[in-house]
Amino acid sequence: MSEKQEMIKVDKLNKSFGDLHVLKDIDMTVTESDVVVLIGASGSGKSTLLRCLNFLEMKNSGKIIIEGEQVEKDTHNLNEIRQRVGMVFQHFNLFPHKTVLGNVIEAPTQVKGLQKEQAILEGKRLLDKVGLADKYNVYPSTLSGGQKQRVAIARALAMKPDVMLFDEPTSALDPELVGEVLTTMKELAEEGMTMVVVTHEMGFAREVGDWVNYMHDGRIVESGKPNDLFDNPKEERTQAFLSSIL
Amino acid sequence: MESLLHFFDVFISSFDVFIDGLWITFKLSVASLIIAFIIGLFFAILKISNIKILEWIADAYIWIVRGTPLIVQIFILFYGLTDILLIPMFWAGVAGLAFHSGAYIAEIIRGAIQSIDKGQREAGSSLGMSKGLTMRRIILPQAFRRAVPSLGNQFIIGIKDSSLVSFIGMQDLFGVASTMGANSFDYLPYFFTVAVYYLLIVLVLTLAVNKIEKKLAASD
Repeated sequence: MSEKQEMIKVDKLNKSFGDLHVLKDIDMTVTESDVVVLIGASGSGKSTLLRCLNFLEMKNSGKIIIEGEQVEKDTHNLNEIRQRVGMVFQHFNLFPHKTVLGNVIEAPTQVKGLQKEQAILEGKRLLDKVGLADKYNVYPSTLSGGQKQRVAIARALAMKPDVMLFDEPTSALDPELVGEVLTTMKELAEEGMTMVVVTHEMGFAREVGDWVNYMHDGRIVESGKPNDLFDNPKEERTQAFLSSIL
Repeated sequence: MESLLHFFDVFISSFDVFIDGLWITFKLSVASLIIAFIIGLFFAILKISNIKILEWIADAYIWIVRGTPLIVQIFILFYGLTDILLIPMFWAGVAGLAFHSGAYIAEIIRGAIQSIDKGQREAGSSLGMSKGLTMRRIILPQAFRRAVPSLGNQFIIGIKDSSLVSFIGMQDLFGVASTMGANSFDYLPYFFTVAVYYLLIVLVLTLAVNKIEKKLAASD
């Protein structure tokens, strides 16, 4: 365990939107190859925390350290750091004017300067991996939600990130499509990808998660291994939350 | 019946002269709309730059264009450019029309850019794309698609507005009609004739815009 690298370290992170104090003194560590799951009610701050980790929201105070590098608002290589931290959104955010393959090769060719042929080769490999080998040249609008989300995962993976962030990746899906996305994520976790996942899928959290953080009102109230947290929650608020959803 | 025949007679016999006017209207419209598009894109980006001074510059430009009649803008630019800067009349006309349409195109493009879901920008950022790259590769292509109907409409207005350059002495379609009417004291058939030319131009453009819209809709 001690050999593993600290991929993300969060220290006393605070974030406000105007008067609304959304994140309060968050401490969190994400170790290499671990899957850290953030659970909690809507509005508890878990999505905001995730967005801070990719600097889509800028913290007000505290430290965010990505692979040993402390990142501030004016960090000059912010875009370079973001390349190493992939993100999957609740609403997919695929590029509607590009084909599935076009979505996947966009950043590798435009940002990393990868040759198009090479990017296509790798892009196809990733799409094969997420089970979309027959969809290279279609537009996102023709896909189901589950297929869209798998394209989004392939698109993020195409940048070869060291960490993947998932912001409620199955919340916008029809129930019958949730499984295919979770399966893809599980496979990714089994390959050793470091992941931070905001989700309401407690089955996934328990099965795939290495560590679970329960958030309430902008704080991490309780954290622990999935079996401990789900079976023996110590905090009253965690117990109340779990009994309300299970 | 007789007057209808007379109109057809004028329409056919004036064909040679109107073709010259049509060619000027065509060149004038194409040149002014291309320049107006570049001006519009430039000021649209100023308006969304989040830099106060740049936003003020764009606001001032749009305010001036909206707040003054096109004919006044054309006359000021015509006398300013041809008398002081010795620019040829054609390009003074182009400048006047482009200056005018540019403001409306700026507003159309700004609106289209702002209508693109912010998730698109976030997706670009999360992949390590810079703001400029995201704008160029992700936001603008989508914004232009969305702006096609409004831009087409603005282009049609621009072509019709180009008739005002006849007041600075250009022999565009409308200039030809005025001159021919005045020379023959037979105004009405010539103005009917010029109306038919404008109708045909707008019809062609409308069909083209519809076709582009359909084509773009295929990927949505």
